[in-house]
Amino acid sequence: MTEISESALPPASANPLGRLKLSKVSTGLWYALPMGLLLISGFLAPLVMVLLYSFMPRGTFSPFGTPTLENYVDIVVQNFYISFGWSLFLALISTLILLVVSYPLAVAIKRAAPKRALILTVLIIAPLFVAENIRLHGWVLFLDKAGVLDGGVKALTGFEIGSLVNSVPVIIFGLVYIYLPFMLFPMILGLSNIPTDVKEAASDMGASRWQMFRDIELPLAAPGILIGGLLCFVIALGAFSESKFLGQGVIVTIAQDIESAFTFGQNWPRGSALSVLVILLAGVAVWMAMRRLDLEKMLGRSQ
Amino acid sequence: MNDTSTGDRLLRLYLTLVVVLLYIPMFVVGLASISRSRFFVFPIRKTSMKWYHDTFASLQIQEAVWTSLIIAFCVALLSVILAVLGALAYARYNWKGRKLYQQLLLVPIFFPQSVLGLALQIWFSSIGVQMSWGATVFAQLVWIAPIVTLVIAIQAYGYNGSVEEAARDLGASRWQVFRDITLPLLGPGIFSGFLFAILLSWGNFPLSYFTSGADVTIPEWLYGKMIGGYTPMVPAVGFLSVLAGAMALIVGLTIRVRGHSP
Repeated sequence: MTEISESALPPASANPLGRLKLSKVSTGLWYALPMGLLLISGFLAPLVMVLLYSFMPRGTFSPFGTPTLENYVDIVVQNFYISFGWSLFLALISTLILLVVSYPLAVAIKRAAPKRALILTVLIIAPLFVAENIRLHGWVLFLDKAGVLDGGVKALTGFEIGSLVNSVPVIIFGLVYIYLPFMLFPMILGLSNIPTDVKEAASDMGASRWQMFRDIELPLAAPGILIGGLLCFVIALGAFSESKFLGQGVIVTIAQDIESAFTFGQNWPRGSALSVLVILLAGVAVWMAMRRLDLEKMLGRSQ
Repeated sequence: MNDTSTGDRLLRLYLTLVVVLLYIPMFVVGLASISRSRFFVFPIRKTSMKWYHDTFASLQIQEAVWTSLIIAFCVALLSVILAVLGALAYARYNWKGRKLYQQLLLVPIFFPQSVLGLALQIWFSSIGVQMSWGATVFAQLVWIAPIVTLVIAIQAYGYNGSVEEAARDLGASRWQVFRDITLPLLGPGIFSGFLFAILLSWGNFPLSYFTSGADVTIPEWLYGKMIGGYTPMVPAVGFLSVLAGAMALIVGLTIRVRGHSP
């Protein structure tokens, strides 16, 4: 694996001039520096701050008090693990549904003629650029009582469906809807890594459709599927608009709890402790997946 | 392929249905925006352009549009600058901390945005940064600049570095190589990255919501009205925002397809 990705690099290490090689080492570092500084000051530092706050006494507004574990105890005692459980459940189930729903879509796009495939891909990504709450609001207007579905069916048949919003299945539907592009796009990239001749060869040698899917398509498309799944799972873990608009209080997700701890509750340490829990879970998922991925190879080859 | 049979046809039908489904909410929002009644009822009894007139007359909304646009342009410009350098470090140079850098770059993308927004809020208030549109630019950069870097990195992987080396051997300075060879070769990726950044910023809610303080972007304005004080201007503004994004996307893609063929 590593040999392949190394060979895709500019032949810096193979350069006979030692001087040039050395200068390239430092050039790479210089180029990475601005981005590195952004990530340290805009990502790592805030997370460290959250971690510090999570060990502070309830309701304090300074990260340098006497450390305590009371916020973590509160998560259990004050039943915050319930919203955490809901978020975990919603993220898992919507990711699973997305895997099943998206795979045939990715296959269909891969089989389409190149120009059509490009248009379809753009059509699938484009909703990402519309604010989440506009799209969710559209669904509320569609599914609510006297909305497009209920009103339309009633006008045509006289039968009343009533309101379909404010239930857990609709929240799951909302999550699946919102995150479909996140799943589909990496999947399309992953599938496009499968050379057609490999499949033809397998088919010539008498492989069944199922065998081809299991032994050839799936392993080769795996990195893309893994990235899509991971992205959906992690982002869905922090979802809060879906349950707010489509659920309207049926359930509370962990992100909603975190938000209210920071805003109405004015309790930063509690919000921080809950955030640490989410960050840990997301971190473990990302770390486990990253170990199996060679992103360099994926990006390099998808060109 | 010998199976352009029922299977393939079903697959195509399924794909069409899903693409239609993806756009149902935008369509419904458009429909609701031309309904006269205060609360949307389908089928629409009376249509009216009143909510669009109100929208264009609202100073609050004008201000939100400007805030959104300024944030989007700052984020796109800064992301592209950071990302061109970042993508070269990512894809073209072999240096010591490269693997770590590549992994670190991915983490903000694979991260719940609401949690990132709140973490940044705490961080800003701890170090005494005022919440404003400027803080939002920074917050969105943390998420968007890595994405743009990946987009440009794909481009950077795609060309052969020997052109640059040849230019240097012929006596071009480092800056000349960068300006006359590297940048034009990365051009299509830079353009896509810029477009991506503008659109992602334009539609972003969680990062803006927690960091913009008194400044309000369009998605924030919509959220505020949806939570309390609903007005049919919500679908009107929502639909205009969808149209604006769609136009930017179409214009951008047309330029990209006509201008360069990578």
